[in-house]
Amino acid sequence: MTKQVEKVDRVIIRFAGDSGDGMQLTGDRFTSETAAFGNDLSTLPDFPAEIRAPAGTLPGVSAFQLHFADHDILTPGDAPDVLVAMNPAALKANLKDVPRGGTVIVNTDEFTPRALTKVGYAADPLEDGSLDGYKVHRVALTTQTVKVLEGFDISRKDAERAKNMYSLGLLSWLYHRPTDATVAFLEKKFAKKPTIAAANVAAFRAGWNYGETTEDFVVSYEVAPAPMPKGTYRNIHGNLALAYGLIAAGHQSGLPLFLGAYPITPASDILHELSKHKNHGVRTFQAEDEIAGIGAALGASFGGALGVTTTSGPGIALKGETIGLAVSLELPLVICDIQRGGPSTGLPTKTEQSDLLLAMFGRNGEAPVPIVAPRSPADCFDAALEAVRIAVTYRTPVFLLSDGYLANGSEPWHIPDVADLPEIAPNFAAGPNKVLEDGSEEFWPFLRDPETLARPWAIPGTAGLEHRIGGIEKQDGTGNISYDPANHDLMVRTRAAKVAGIDIPDLEVDDPSGEAKILVLGWGSTYGPIQAACRQVRRGGQRVAHAHLRHLNPFPANLGRILKEYDRVLIPEMNLGQLSMLIRARYLVDAVGYNQVRGLPFKAAELAEVIKNLIASDAVGDSARAGV
Amino acid sequence: MPELLKLTTKDFKTDQEVRWCPGCGDYAVLAAVQGFMPSLGIAREDIVFVSGIGCSSRFPYYMNTYGMHSIHGRAPAIATGLAASRPDLSVWVVTGDGDALSIGGNHLIHALRRNVNLKILLFNNRIYGLTKGQYSPTSEQGKITKSTPYGSLDAPFNPVSLALGAEATFVARSIDSDRKHLTSVLQAAAEHQGTALIEIYQNCNIFNDGAFEKLKDNGVRDRHLIRLEHGQPISFGAEDERYGIVRMPDATLKAVPLEQAGDSVLIHDAHAPEPDLAFALSRLPDPATLSPTPIGVFRDVTRPTYDRLMADQLDDAARKLGSGKLAELLTGSDTWTIS
Repeated sequence: MTKQVEKVDRVIIRFAGDSGDGMQLTGDRFTSETAAFGNDLSTLPDFPAEIRAPAGTLPGVSAFQLHFADHDILTPGDAPDVLVAMNPAALKANLKDVPRGGTVIVNTDEFTPRALTKVGYAADPLEDGSLDGYKVHRVALTTQTVKVLEGFDISRKDAERAKNMYSLGLLSWLYHRPTDATVAFLEKKFAKKPTIAAANVAAFRAGWNYGETTEDFVVSYEVAPAPMPKGTYRNIHGNLALAYGLIAAGHQSGLPLFLGAYPITPASDILHELSKHKNHGVRTFQAEDEIAGIGAALGASFGGALGVTTTSGPGIALKGETIGLAVSLELPLVICDIQRGGPSTGLPTKTEQSDLLLAMFGRNGEAPVPIVAPRSPADCFDAALEAVRIAVTYRTPVFLLSDGYLANGSEPWHIPDVADLPEIAPNFAAGPNKVLEDGSEEFWPFLRDPETLARPWAIPGTAGLEHRIGGIEKQDGTGNISYDPANHDLMVRTRAAKVAGIDIPDLEVDDPSGEAKILVLGWGSTYGPIQAACRQVRRGGQRVAHAHLRHLNPFPANLGRILKEYDRVLIPEMNLGQLSMLIRARYLVDAVGYNQVRGLPFKAAELAEVIKNLIASDAVGDSARAGV
Repeated sequence: MPELLKLTTKDFKTDQEVRWCPGCGDYAVLAAVQGFMPSLGIAREDIVFVSGIGCSSRFPYYMNTYGMHSIHGRAPAIATGLAASRPDLSVWVVTGDGDALSIGGNHLIHALRRNVNLKILLFNNRIYGLTKGQYSPTSEQGKITKSTPYGSLDAPFNPVSLALGAEATFVARSIDSDRKHLTSVLQAAAEHQGTALIEIYQNCNIFNDGAFEKLKDNGVRDRHLIRLEHGQPISFGAEDERYGIVRMPDATLKAVPLEQAGDSVLIHDAHAPEPDLAFALSRLPDPATLSPTPIGVFRDVTRPTYDRLMADQLDDAARKLGSGKLAELLTGSDTWTIS
């Protein structure tokens, strides 16, 4: 039979199955194929905190969503066009997100009475009409995979496990994905178990062939490559981009990178990644706890390394005292907080933006710390370089606020030319900096650069610059212990002025019409959904402006002016209004918050509704004021 | 080297006024350390003192080297990062019984097991001095202090036992007022490659005066003090009453009169691969009376240092993979090009 090919501009697929079904791997492979094909893409892995939650249960469902298109896209998509459900639990947990008319591919083998009962289905949803309105493909994924692999000398369990590759093959056929890289990937992954490798490749190919031959699938889809600027690209996750950004900063500054860290989700992958790159002079230290992780990093900074610590919210809670010490010592240090749902252990594998005020204020005393936030997975690279630039230039700890969505999400990355990366100059002190009245010279560790207010960084091994620093208040200039009231007041204000005066770029506003009355202000990983929502609103003929903060401390110098140019300011955040609180307090602007803490990124369509409603209510307000 | 550098005790003094209480044992330790430093032959700029919080932790301010007065309990962690990234430096940690064993206990044991090249001076006065007199993790049980008016309930830590249990490669004990002994132990610690812990019995004359008096008093100390020397019989006592340490059938150690002990007196072996003798020696004193107390080097064995192993891994990686090229790393292997 001849199959139809339909051209579509974008597709959202969600793979869902049991934690042990290999859905993350399946999603990753489909993503790689899609990246290689040249689509723009964005991904959202969503998995439970338990390594192997009880099989077949709702809490054990692991999902991976991928949005790919022939044009520039910003989010992993709101609602999947296609759901691949490997068992009843996956169907039950995810079907509500699939719009009517969407495609559902189910593994019928898993729809046993026992499995259905386990997740509370009174009747088989494949039979009782509850899937009416969806395009349902019933595929016996497990038995077909096992049948294909009959000739292989592997256990039945191993054969069953290859069903994810069978489904990947089917989806790869359905969307015309290139397959060579997946075959090569499987052969490399199972290089030590050639039979398993061959079985997985066979299952993958069989899935493809099934799509090609079965009459169940009569249409396949083409999504053309997206036009992108010239250059070389790769697909990259946020944690990987962040790790690369830190390594790049080491190269650009000439400082050896030292990571002190304690394993914690979702930050651990940065430790894993950096530990691979010892030939770049990277030292990784898995400490006994979070406090030792940052302590070792600060000790390394004192010795002239680029000290970095990576963690998530609970780790920041433990590191607070050392961050305060770094503020007081005025040494470079980068603190990467991969935010997750809180408080306490919270939602370890889910995303949230609720550590902003912790980063801003979570220390004793007046202890200002600059804050930098990446806006997308690939942007973690640039944000890391920027955090290091500030830390080294101003001799200060710097917060880098990523989050779980950025950490595990991925997108194409236009690989930068190394020659274009910013230079970062440590400018170590080399000699005395103070001439006394009698003409003799001394080294004063707290005599500042008048422009940046940064103090000299004199590292051990430099003769003549021996000095002692500590957490006790220091006398301005000499750095000697001082309990003098006026000196303390001066030092507190000077440290604050140093951070307030950090040189950062002005905020840019995206307002194509130049006539919007409503500004949506965001920070961090909400960039994609906010920008996508604004585009939707504009496509509907309405006007809205979007500005996104990379720097949260200090704020860009033009932020206050921008805020006052708009009638209304809307601040969507994955917290209960932390940036809103700062903006309202600092600029006396009556900002409106839109807040969610569901562990998932915002949906663009939902934000678009919020924006439209705000525009409508303002219009009503205008009419009322005008007496219409 | 020492001749070339021509450093003197004075070179290690800073212009800062020393602010310990008059009569504090810390003065004696400071004098001993400043006096011994020139003999190391290490330039001042290559020496770093890191401390936590407490009376003893003011030490770095008085040493004319690089120094950091850090956070309560965290000095071993901070010094670990410094020493691991700068194997060229001589890094010293100054801490106290509260700083090292209470709030910082975790960092201390991990520094010891890692064998980072750190020399840790643990000033033990069995009391909290800086916070004005609460009991510490080494205070004897039942101690009456401001926070324990009915007597403390905690059993004390024995720092030497703890260090040996934490896989320390060098463990020693000395006394603030015995400058000669303290200097010899400092010397041995400085020569050791890896983490060295020196417990220094130090008198807090304000809040716990005389805690170690019987180990310091010229008239009686010989009756209570065992001076450990590698390769020498373990014995002690006054002229008229000498004891030797022997191993009992149940493997515990016991002090018996020398004439009875005869050939069975144990010979001290600080380099023994297993720490069992050192541990048994650490358990010898009665916790309440501190008698008889061994001082000197309990254990001094060779194990690769953490900083060296870390540097070797970096060198190996560079040798095998070539020095890291940033452009290659960023590009990776899975790319596509739009032209």
